[in-house]
Amino acid sequence: MPSATLLGQALISGVLAGGMYGLLALGLSLSWGLLRLVNLSHFALAFLAAYLTYELGTTYHVAPWWSAAMVVPAMFLVGLAQHWLFDKFKVNELASLLITFSFAVILEVAIQLYWTADYRRFETPYSTLSIKAGPFYIPVLELILCLVAGVLAWGTWQWLRKTYVGKALRASAEDADIAAAYGVDYKKLAYLLSGMCAAYAGVAGTFIALIATLAPAQIWTWLGVVFAVVIIGRLGNPLGALAAGMLVGASESIAMAILSPAWAPVVSFSMLIMILLWDPEWL
Amino acid sequence: MVDRMGAWARRRVLAGMVGASAALATPAILRAAPSGTPVKVGGTLSLTGFLAQTAVIHKIASEIMVEEINGRNGFLGRPVEYVLLDDQSKPDVARSLYEKLITVDKVDLIQGPYATAPILAAMGVAQRYGKVMVQSSMGIPKLQTYDRAFPATPFGPEPDKTYPNVILDMMAAMPTPPKTMVVLTSKFPSAQFMAQGMRDQAEKRGVKVLLYLEYESGNRDFGAIAARVKEANPDFLWVGSLGLESNQVLESLRKLDYTPKNSFHLYPAPGPLALSPDGDKVLCSTFLEPDEPFMSRPGMKKLAAEFKEKATKANLPYSTIDAQACGMISEWQILEAAVNGANSLEDEKIAAWLKKNRVTTIYGSLRFDGPFNHGDAAQLVKQVQNKKWKVVWPTEFAAPGVKLIAS
Repeated sequence: MPSATLLGQALISGVLAGGMYGLLALGLSLSWGLLRLVNLSHFALAFLAAYLTYELGTTYHVAPWWSAAMVVPAMFLVGLAQHWLFDKFKVNELASLLITFSFAVILEVAIQLYWTADYRRFETPYSTLSIKAGPFYIPVLELILCLVAGVLAWGTWQWLRKTYVGKALRASAEDADIAAAYGVDYKKLAYLLSGMCAAYAGVAGTFIALIATLAPAQIWTWLGVVFAVVIIGRLGNPLGALAAGMLVGASESIAMAILSPAWAPVVSFSMLIMILLWDPEWL
Repeated sequence: MVDRMGAWARRRVLAGMVGASAALATPAILRAAPSGTPVKVGGTLSLTGFLAQTAVIHKIASEIMVEEINGRNGFLGRPVEYVLLDDQSKPDVARSLYEKLITVDKVDLIQGPYATAPILAAMGVAQRYGKVMVQSSMGIPKLQTYDRAFPATPFGPEPDKTYPNVILDMMAAMPTPPKTMVVLTSKFPSAQFMAQGMRDQAEKRGVKVLLYLEYESGNRDFGAIAARVKEANPDFLWVGSLGLESNQVLESLRKLDYTPKNSFHLYPAPGPLALSPDGDKVLCSTFLEPDEPFMSRPGMKKLAAEFKEKATKANLPYSTIDAQACGMISEWQILEAAVNGANSLEDEKIAAWLKKNRVTTIYGSLRFDGPFNHGDAAQLVKQVQNKKWKVVWPTEFAAPGVKLIAS
């Protein structure tokens, strides 16, 4: 039987790992839920941001927070450009899946051409810092990531619920024609949201650069689990995405501590199937 | 009878060494430049996908060897042309591409791809067309059941039994021999195969295995696993890792303020692990390192310098030649020796020659007359010392002044 310390530590690790799932799910969930675009290139954009942070940090010795100040707006512009393409070619939900997958593959190849397939690691003095709380250790970077994810998810949720723009976006997602009849310019708002989603990928990428070792093929590492998180957290729901991320992360981690680490992937997808079968009202 | 066989084997080794030395020592100007229709040698490597980090090393090693061979006499006086395709780290793609190489590109010879799964896929195609396939990275030798498949890396026929005992011998020689062990492994087939061997051999030799944990290949979070390792607090941590997993395990342990007393890593990414702050004194499997006594092997210094130059030009952060690169070099050395030895490009004759003769490679003298065409096992243990890999066990392969540093 695992000790209480082991279970507690596993829970902390899982919740913090879930913060990354939630952060990556945030942009994907908004894009899918409100724009009806399944943007698989979201993961590639996050990795592009991670590589840019790595490059700025290792070649030009730019601190990660300054890198983020440059990379996140750049990603916003990439999001705008991407949406211009979707808009111009009238891409629908199914086509977006294929087009953004192709875009992700192209980005992967481009990253490999410039940074090679070899592993890249942005070593920082704080990458393995931890806070000790009783018998438990809380990794500092992952904690900051969770706080940032929490602020972004809460802020976005409030923005969608309380502001005119947010309400207009939700209305357009429900029924674009009726929303337009009330004077909502869905096209302009869609550009804004697309830029925001890409910017969130940029935020996730900054943390990926600090926490993970980079390799182009790792673009696909989080794909399965983040998709599960997006569905569990409900499309277009930023708080749901974060909560689902933490739930999946914690469940995987507890499974690793109690059962075998090999059971971890089974947990997230079993959870997805159960929730889809259960179909609760809040989903 | 035994003596006669021994003398015959020695003569073959000497003949091979003399031949190889003569080829390397002959000034290029005295050798005829290869001419005529090129001999096409086809192969795939995982230039994209999750194995791409290693494939790029193999690609550079191949480029060096093709230049070397063409700088000598090519294959039977004809220049060698390497037809390289990208299998995207996918066995099914490897299978289709080998079919294409043989039937459409009409290559004369083939080289094996990288990693067990693509090799198995390619081996089926090679078998269908009767092609000789030399490969350097099949970690489960018993799966190499095709009569004309030859290993370029000296795993030996049963590395799951022989190599754990090399590690256990090393552990027994430590000032305080470890009595407990945690075996943690990826479910990647070749790592899992070795991990099960390690667990079985450790128990046979009285080392208690406190935990045996398997994780999925591509596992993202090692926090809970690290917590279990820390709680078990073994004298020796054995990690059946691939690529970055070792770094991830050690980083997760450091976040829990825990450093393993001794840790061994099976197939990690050598550069990132050596350069990592967590990498100091970790142990790892190898067959050779760019150090003595290996640097005294014929051609090794030149190959190491060429590799460094090309790897730096290719923007690889870790440009030192290692066992991975040497696997591919050994593949080409075997193919060159076999073509010249058999004096033919016919697969049947090349295979027959390899079964009867030893080949002097960068890994030393290899034979192919054992089970699954394997010869003797020659796996060693290396350790990170001052951010560099140093062979530490068996001691006769350690460079002068280098010693195993135990906790």
